[in-house]
Amino acid sequence: MTEPAAVAAPKPHIAHEVPHEALGFWRKYVFSTDHKVIGIQYAITGLLFLLFGFSLMMLMRWQLAYPGAALPLLGRLLGEARMPGGTMLPEFYNELGAMHGTIMVFLGVVPLAVGGFGNFVVPLQIGAQDMAFPRLNMASYWSFFLGGVTMLASFLVPGGAAQGGWTSYTPLSVLAGTGQTMWLIGMIFLITSSLLGAINFITTIIQLRAKGLTFLRFPFFVWTQFVTAFLLLLAFPPLEAAAVMQLMDRVAGTSFFLPSGLVVSGQVVAVAGGGNPLLWQHLFWFLAHPEVYVLILPGMGIVAEIIANNTRKPLWGYRSMVYSLVFLGFMSFIVWAHHMFMTGMGTAMAAFFQTTTMIISIPSVVILTALIISLWGGSIRFNTPMLFAVAFLPMFGIGGLTGLPLGLNVADIPLHDTYYVIAHFHYVVAPGTIFALFAGIYYWFPKATGRKMNETLGKIHFFGSLVCMNVVFMPMFLMGLAGVSRRLFDGGASYAFAQPVLHLNVVSSWGAWTLAIFQIPFIFNFFWSIWKGEQTDGNPWQATTIEWAAPSPPPHGNFPVAPEAYRGPYEYSVPGAAKDFLPQYEA
Amino acid sequence: MATEGNIHARPIAIQPAPAGPYVHEAHHPWLQHHFDSMTQQAEASTLGMWVFLVTEIMFFGGLFMAYLVYRHASPSGFQEASHHLNIYWGTANTAILIISSLTMALAVRSAQTSQPRGTQVLFLFLTIVLGLAFLGIKAIEYTDKFKDRIVPGPNFHWEGTHAKAAEQFYSLYFAMTGLHALHMIIGVGIMSVILVMAWWRIFDEEYYTPVEVAGLYWHFVDIVWIFLFPLLYLIGRHYHAG
Repeated sequence: MTEPAAVAAPKPHIAHEVPHEALGFWRKYVFSTDHKVIGIQYAITGLLFLLFGFSLMMLMRWQLAYPGAALPLLGRLLGEARMPGGTMLPEFYNELGAMHGTIMVFLGVVPLAVGGFGNFVVPLQIGAQDMAFPRLNMASYWSFFLGGVTMLASFLVPGGAAQGGWTSYTPLSVLAGTGQTMWLIGMIFLITSSLLGAINFITTIIQLRAKGLTFLRFPFFVWTQFVTAFLLLLAFPPLEAAAVMQLMDRVAGTSFFLPSGLVVSGQVVAVAGGGNPLLWQHLFWFLAHPEVYVLILPGMGIVAEIIANNTRKPLWGYRSMVYSLVFLGFMSFIVWAHHMFMTGMGTAMAAFFQTTTMIISIPSVVILTALIISLWGGSIRFNTPMLFAVAFLPMFGIGGLTGLPLGLNVADIPLHDTYYVIAHFHYVVAPGTIFALFAGIYYWFPKATGRKMNETLGKIHFFGSLVCMNVVFMPMFLMGLAGVSRRLFDGGASYAFAQPVLHLNVVSSWGAWTLAIFQIPFIFNFFWSIWKGEQTDGNPWQATTIEWAAPSPPPHGNFPVAPEAYRGPYEYSVPGAAKDFLPQYEA
Repeated sequence: MATEGNIHARPIAIQPAPAGPYVHEAHHPWLQHHFDSMTQQAEASTLGMWVFLVTEIMFFGGLFMAYLVYRHASPSGFQEASHHLNIYWGTANTAILIISSLTMALAVRSAQTSQPRGTQVLFLFLTIVLGLAFLGIKAIEYTDKFKDRIVPGPNFHWEGTHAKAAEQFYSLYFAMTGLHALHMIIGVGIMSVILVMAWWRIFDEEYYTPVEVAGLYWHFVDIVWIFLFPLLYLIGRHYHAG
């Protein structure tokens, strides 16, 4: 079968892409392989989903504050199947709850923090021209997009969206309506997207670093994305396997998660049985605990960048922060069962998981403490990104410290599944992570657009959000300590013991609605500044990391000259230097 | 360019990025512009595939975990159920996959050493044929299970003392071998693309990354079967054989 060499055709010259400027609208803005475009696509889609998920919650807050009361106007629009006469049905309430959690975590925060900031900032910060696998990157975004569409479409199927909470605990989720099937299919898309993204991040960070950019010269944000990618990489596949198994239970007649003799609403359910519902919980939380760190680590990275920049000081304890981060990533795989103390796992297992949980709090505290000490003695510039970054510290602190009682087996028993839990993790992800993400948007907006966002509107957005976030979530600690369950359709109104704290539901709800009003300045500012914001040069914050070496906005290929790293990431206020910052990329 | 042929010559962490303006001089036609050199591109691709295989290990790991849990819950039921699998077909398939790993390795080798396209295409073709043979045998086995009504679901029928455990076993059997077969189908698809590329004379000692990376995937899918075969077909068999 050998051919004479003379016939050999010249090699096809396929790898030479069309210059980016020559691409048409679809290839340039929609099906783009440029990491910056994909990052912005992720960020905008993520922001829209955050707004949508928040809207679902605002609907729920109406029912919790005024159980059974008809919601004016909007209630009728949602139709008889969901809100007959404007009054919410319990099934619809459950849909809202399940989809609020799913959307905020998997379609809002992760795409914005990892897909958005990760894609846009990481290649720039390491001085790369693009991600290692640009087409895989595009596939990752569109897989996420399909997952999002599937989740949204599930509201329209008969019986509505999934009602099993974002955890989709078996066996009831297996017996639920079609929405749950859509949820599982959507999750498989989302998991695939995250896995492709994680592969890309790890390869890019290892392989495409600029010359001289050693691992301990990485900006802390790159480190957080690196560890986050490993968490996604290792934690998501078991959930994908579990999702396939739950899907098979629903459509192929298997009984992986259905026990024998299952009785629901007084009726014996006709299933083969023999399955183990707890297996789902283990596989779910094996993902979902590392997922908690996926939600928070990029936020910590953003805050670290902004604090170093605006205190004009190096980060205090950069190396300790990096080592803590890696240790935290490792530990996050052996704490998952602290979500399951109530499953009767026995004292030996509970003791193990409560010990690992106490241990994992140490690296978080190290990082938070290092960030707080970094403020000490700095001449701080209180611009909008810095305000959000500084507010992150106490808000995340409250969320983190109130988690400790939940990690202790004995204290968890009364607190489990109460509003205390809701308050705890929302302090971590809402005024914690989401504040960090806002900080990141204000901070890198000039890089993406060449213009700054308006400071006055930014400060209105910040102070309004800060007050409202606390008005929403602080009362939930009190309700939870009073024993009110998080799953109640009427917010506890039918329970005698909950009566003294019921008025807090109203406070919390009005906090949420006011919080929505304070997002309007942000939305306006975002669009207005794209066209009308104050124009800036490549490095408006006088920052040191490599992304600021690129023009704003960076062209396709990012840097006119291949950057090189000559020093660590945060050389601010170096004694004897001509200016108060020494960029990494200047010799 | 020829000096960059050996990808193991340079440790993975060192970056060759030159400082200064990006050069757009003549380069290998398969070098993408965001890489500095063929070596860097090859290392990035193989690293990417290895990292992907890590996710695959974790994915099948979830299924193996389920197997462990249910086998632990009912070991004798699993023994009884596994006796109903056809060990001859299973053994034949194991042999087929091991041979296909050999032909795959030879395909990579022939690309790496710039063998004529006939040699490259032959080994890729054999790999595809063996992959299809595996899938054909799997189809025969599945058909037998359908005929014997031991497919999980309302029509599941089991003559034995451990009907529930047997159904659980066959749920796992179909989930695990089904997902493995899906990986095989994808593998055959990838190999078909690689075969066409080999036909176009794309691969030689300077550029063989696609063959190598596809080979990594193929070997991984084989290895998954090497775990599935004993877990599903072999363990506990001797109890019944006496």
